[in-house]
Amino acid sequence: MKSEIQLTFENCKRENRPALLTYTVASDPNKKRSIQIINSIAKYADIIELGFPHSTPVGDGGQIQTSSNRAIKNGFKMRDTFQIVKKFKKNFKNKPVILMGYYNMIYQYGESNFLKDCKKSGVSGIICVDLPWPENKDFAKKCKKKLINFIQLLAPTTTKDRMKKIIRDSHDMVYYISMLSTTGGKLKVAPRKILDNYKKIKRINSRKNLVIGFGITEKIIKSLKSADGLVVGSLLCKTITKSLKMRQNPVTNLVKVVYNLKNKIL
Amino acid sequence: MSLKIKKGIPLIDQHDKNGMWGGKFGGSFVPETLKKPIEDLTNLFSKLRNDKSFIKERDYHFENYVGTPTPLIKLDNLTDHLGGAQLWAKVVSENPGTAHKVYACIVHCLIAKRAGKRYVCTDTGAGMQGKNLAMVAKKFGLKAKIFMGLRDLVRQKKNVDVMKKYGAEVVPVTSGSQTLVDAVSESMRYWVANCQDVHMVIGSTVGPSIFVKISGYSTSQISRELKVQLIEEFGKIPNKLKLLNCVGGGSSAYGFWSEFIDYDKRHVNLIGVEAGGSKNSKLHAAPLSNNSKLGILHGAKAYCIQDKDGQIGETESLSSGLDYPSVSPLHCFLKDAGRAEYTSATDEEALNAYKLVSKLENISPSLEPSHAFATAISLAPKLSKDTILCIDSCGHSLKDSDIIKEKLGFYTE
Ligand SMILES: Cc1ncc(COP(=O)(O)O)c(C=O)c1O
Repeated sequence: MKSEIQLTFENCKRENRPALLTYTVASDPNKKRSIQIINSIAKYADIIELGFPHSTPVGDGGQIQTSSNRAIKNGFKMRDTFQIVKKFKKNFKNKPVILMGYYNMIYQYGESNFLKDCKKSGVSGIICVDLPWPENKDFAKKCKKKLINFIQLLAPTTTKDRMKKIIRDSHDMVYYISMLSTTGGKLKVAPRKILDNYKKIKRINSRKNLVIGFGITEKIIKSLKSADGLVVGSLLCKTITKSLKMRQNPVTNLVKVVYNLKNKIL
Repeated sequence: MSLKIKKGIPLIDQHDKNGMWGGKFGGSFVPETLKKPIEDLTNLFSKLRNDKSFIKERDYHFENYVGTPTPLIKLDNLTDHLGGAQLWAKVVSENPGTAHKVYACIVHCLIAKRAGKRYVCTDTGAGMQGKNLAMVAKKFGLKAKIFMGLRDLVRQKKNVDVMKKYGAEVVPVTSGSQTLVDAVSESMRYWVANCQDVHMVIGSTVGPSIFVKISGYSTSQISRELKVQLIEEFGKIPNKLKLLNCVGGGSSAYGFWSEFIDYDKRHVNLIGVEAGGSKNSKLHAAPLSNNSKLGILHGAKAYCIQDKDGQIGETESLSSGLDYPSVSPLHCFLKDAGRAEYTSATDEEALNAYKLVSKLENISPSLEPSHAFATAISLAPKLSKDTILCIDSCGHSLKDSDIIKEKLGFYTE
């Protein structure tokens, strides 16, 4: 049976466009609002990435740090992640949700317990920022057993040999980090260069759905539209921060941003 | 579930292929981007360790720049005052960087040069690491960027001035608790974004396993010296020896102990002293003596102050250098193998120890080693006269003069 993630990519391919993946943080700015947010942007987003916020996110820049801190300050608990996903999946049965976060949170929850709750709430995939290959092998196998995608990351520093091994151990989707940066950095590589690297990776195995993330904004998204999928995160977190600062409704502002992003890649 | 330590092999090398000590501490839990730089560093370090010219260069700088050995002195007045065990101090702070951090900074800068990197970055809490890297980087013609929590920047301003004097760029970190934990995170983030040009240094035996190793490899110089000095002084390693050291990340304690780990613990007793925080507060920075749970922080699995969900917990200590929620995997291993014991001292106890030591002796330990002195002071009267209590005085107090003046009303350098 094909996974929801695989089906989503196939759908997008039929429509001759990349999948749009949005990243927002669970309970940012609070639990209720974060549910409204994903419910509202799901109209334009193909895959929902939901971050479970960590106090010490070493891979994240200022925007996602701010969102994470806000969520934690507003009472985020790990179990909220699953309640949020469950509520969302009631409305969007076939829209994949990918959880993204740091390993300590999974480790404290207990890997098996975590996967059990992923399954129960309808999570389709997991990205764990600080659980690289080969450290992730056992956990990735556990995910596969539960028919949950474990999504690995590739970076500009990843050697070709290592890429091959990672891709061999990957499921339906692989994530290419566009540049040397934490999240939220300014894109410092030309889109053409990113796509060159993208193509090199696709040549290793063209069947894996390869998404590009980090530094993607409204300005440059169009230039990357030949990819299988594109992830936008910091821009959305920043939109929430800005909306709160200007006492505007973050939900409506986010919908506008995601709508614009989507339009640029149709 | 007792873990076994092997004899005849440095503890830093007793890890498995994943960089885990005792099968459960350490590792390299890092974002993918850092995998390659870490692999490169690992390969380079293992080559350099066996390279005679590298070791010669290292020893040259240890001898002529740090000045080896740092003195081992008997604290006669303190011993008489306490009336029990003999108290000795290895005054590691008697070096141009006034702290043990100088060793790893030299080794890291030598590595950076061989790697062809022109920039180094690091975290600092007490400012000792920042000061030493700034100083050594300048000597080696490297540019240093120092990440420091805003709270520490204020309370350890004296060291910040020194860093700037040496031409380093000091970057205030305003996220989280604005202390060491945030400085390490920010330094790692900077490395993620600049790993092709920058060599990252971590200020203690924490972080991804290769950083634990390089740090411990460097500070081991301290116990190599101590062993020779003890034999010179006593004709042998004394029969009842206790080595006391403060533990923040644990590079100082590991370096003080590494040559003695193979001895029986009844012969050479190893006591680590963590920061207990203020006596009136529940907060502390002592994960080992409070039995904190295993967690993953900054790339390593180790005992770590955290909540049920795995959010890293708030810490508190008057000493910025010990104010870190986790601890070296090496010390987790030493604790679980039963080789070392860990306890904590409060802010107040450390201040009182500083007061007594600086009054009676011609040394002036900073707040970090004052924690170890506090434990020594409470132990000594209960011990026999032939017991040798040796304390690593790994930092000089000048950086803490404002805090000490505020708390005690006076300061003696
Ligand atoms: C003087 C001094 N002592 C001890 C420490 C803690 O050192 P370690 O991490 O090696 O335990 C520090 C750290 O900044 C320090 O400056």
